[in-house]
Amino acid sequence: MTARIERPLSPHLQTYRVTLTMALSIVHRATGIALYFGTLLLAWWLIAAASGPGAYANVQAFTGSIIGKLIVFGYTWALLHHLVSGIRYFFWDLGYGFKANEREALTWGALIAGISLTVLVWIIAYTVGGGR
Amino acid sequence: MSRPSSMRTPLGRVRNLGSSHSGTTDFWRQRLTAVAMTLLIVPVIVIVLMLIGRNHAGAAQILGSIPIAIILVLFIIASAWHMKIGMQIIIEDYVHNETLKLVGVMANNFFCIAVALSSIYAILKLSSGV
Repeated sequence: MTARIERPLSPHLQTYRVTLTMALSIVHRATGIALYFGTLLLAWWLIAAASGPGAYANVQAFTGSIIGKLIVFGYTWALLHHLVSGIRYFFWDLGYGFKANEREALTWGALIAGISLTVLVWIIAYTVGGGR
Repeated sequence: MSRPSSMRTPLGRVRNLGSSHSGTTDFWRQRLTAVAMTLLIVPVIVIVLMLIGRNHAGAAQILGSIPIAIILVLFIIASAWHMKIGMQIIIEDYVHNETLKLVGVMANNFFCIAVALSSIYAILKLSSGV
């Protein structure tokens, strides 16, 4: 009872060599945090729509500004990246894709798909409505 | 304490002693809400794209239509639940002071419930005609 047992500790990030899957794991968590606070924008937008034309015009003025557009563009990427990166976790949860080449392919796929889908959505957005 | 004095298994003795004090419920619900959002994301993006460039009257009309309101309410419930679990995991990972952790977890619950309910309230108001 008196002797303190030396238990193995889990080393933190700085101990490890940076690998792709590890970096994308951090990005997954970071985009999750960004999306968490980004929901404030979504809630603001919906509340403004329910409040009336004046409030809605304020949201449109913000999303139409340079900073607003950057934030919404970043939000689009964070959402779509978190989505496709999350689909990787479905594979791993089900027990597939653990071989070195498979997990690298899944991770590169998520990175590329996240960026491609973001660009695609914004091309459609500009084609449909000429930006916000 | 040092040796098992009862019929309890090693798993039974450590259960509930982790930083979250509970089992796999949140793990499962995080996957459940993730699958729900994966299914809902395409209609949600289409809805957002439909609203681009419209004035308030046009946007309010679209947001108030029944199928669109239902899709958005489902997506908001799934995302609020998902982000509540995600942020709680982050808090439990990095906040080691028990009081701060409790405050953080509580604030996280308040934030997610407030965002979800105010968004849902706005959609319901639009659905019933402002």
